[in-house]
Amino acid sequence: MTTAAKPVSVNKESSYRRNAKFLVHIILIMGSFIMIFPFVWMILTSFKTQGEAIMIPPILLPSSWAPVSYIEVLRTLPFDKLYFNTIVLMLARIVCATVTSSMAGFAFAKLEFPFKKLFFFIVLTQLMLPSQVFIIPQYGMLSAMNQLNTIFALIFPGLVSAFGTFFLRQFYMGLPNDLSEAAKLDGCNVFQTFFLILMPLTKTAMMALAVFTALFAYSDMMWPLIVNMNIEKMTLSAGISSLQGQHSTNYPVMMAGSALAMIPMLVLYLLFQRQFIEGIALTGTKA
Amino acid sequence: MVAPVIIGLIVLNIYPFIDSIIMSLYKSQGLGPAKFVGLQNYVKMFSDKQLWQSTWNSVYFVILTVPVGVFIALLLAVLLNSKIKGRDAYRCIYFLPMVVAPAAVAMVWRWIFNAEVGILNQMLGVFGIKGPNWLSGPNLAIVSIAIIAIWSAVGYDLVMILAGLQSISASYYEAAEIDGANAIQRFFHITVPLISPTLFFVVLMRTMNSLKQFDTVYLLVKSTNPAFKKSATLMVLFYREAFEKFNKGYASAIVMWSFVIIMIFTVFQFVAEKKLVNYD
Repeated sequence: MTTAAKPVSVNKESSYRRNAKFLVHIILIMGSFIMIFPFVWMILTSFKTQGEAIMIPPILLPSSWAPVSYIEVLRTLPFDKLYFNTIVLMLARIVCATVTSSMAGFAFAKLEFPFKKLFFFIVLTQLMLPSQVFIIPQYGMLSAMNQLNTIFALIFPGLVSAFGTFFLRQFYMGLPNDLSEAAKLDGCNVFQTFFLILMPLTKTAMMALAVFTALFAYSDMMWPLIVNMNIEKMTLSAGISSLQGQHSTNYPVMMAGSALAMIPMLVLYLLFQRQFIEGIALTGTKA
Repeated sequence: MVAPVIIGLIVLNIYPFIDSIIMSLYKSQGLGPAKFVGLQNYVKMFSDKQLWQSTWNSVYFVILTVPVGVFIALLLAVLLNSKIKGRDAYRCIYFLPMVVAPAAVAMVWRWIFNAEVGILNQMLGVFGIKGPNWLSGPNLAIVSIAIIAIWSAVGYDLVMILAGLQSISASYYEAAEIDGANAIQRFFHITVPLISPTLFFVVLMRTMNSLKQFDTVYLLVKSTNPAFKKSATLMVLFYREAFEKFNKGYASAIVMWSFVIIMIFTVFQFVAEKKLVNYD
């Protein structure tokens, strides 16, 4: 390019930069406010009485911080069961998805075996199909096995993961073949090479898959609503949706329920923030 | 070693997929055996006005959420990529809705959007504006739900786009700056081409998710809501037929139709990818 260099004084340039930075912060702070406000409003409402909540004009703070609505919502819904079921669901899906996907991802990347192409095609097909296509037959299978209204029913569609298989295969493909050959020379069999040498190297990828699996297991609503009618076997996400019916105008109670449902994932998120965000970034860049 | 995954996929996905196709040719009769009816479910479906309305609702939802949502995420990601203080804190805040259960998100927005006492309309009232019925205005409800969807997903898209931006080597920008390119030229000639693969992935994923929108509509627009017809997406229609009215055959036909729509979008996007995305 041959644009003539503009004679800009150093001072002007740096004050321009400072102003730009300031503007960027203003935009980002406004955005942050929009992101956080609903949660703040949720918490404030959850401590108000019904009368305070629907006041016109609205009041910002509740008159008392007594957790009345929390006690009420804990009486309405079995939160201990909901927490337990949600955690079991997430852990089971994480373990199933990472273990089976690691094995298959390794095999697809590093081994030769009959029907490899056909099997890989099956993985890709599943990735292309929307999960709703499977729902009615999966429901039918659980019903035939007499497993409706169980925790197993919640886990069932997530026993294996085509996404995980594809995702981890990408990582195993990236590992040099010299590594597995050296292991072979040292007398490792295929399983030892996999477990002792290669699998530990995909730790970040497995972590990313775990985060991804947990987030989706946690937020999925349709499936728990379908297979579990019994509130004792519900997940948090589906369980609190029943508050809408019972307390359809009692907003403080609904907000208290929502706040309680937020806690487990929020705690995990604040503890493992880096893993969450980097994991999600990784599923985007590698998949 | 592939056995668990392959057996799992065949049992959980391949067989159910075929079963769904077969089921769509049957009419379920309460508890009795289903009766083969050929293409009758499809004939009934295509002559149902609500199916076409719901198809449009799903497509309209994509139009409402994807361009605006991805644009906001891109804008925020570019701002965050400019060596700004507190980047991690901002990123953490924007990602927050992703870790909150959709039911909780839906309930808090239902409260904010409440027409009489909701905080949004009360704030509008201060400026003398009479706030609308956000969630029951027949034409407005789906827009309100799109706003919720954008708000929920912007952090997720942002994280992916930001990761793409960070992988661009600074030397490109330095070279461009020496050549005298301004910030806007640098954005369109360096940033956009180099993150086009990431952007493509984000748009594809966001489109698929929007086409499959279920939970927020299901939670916020019940069938008695005057906005139901113009908000019910294909997945809401499917859920109602399959698990509220127990018409498994008819519901399977709806799911097959959704599958066709999703495939059309996928093919269309991959054609666009060939033209627009730069993989060098």
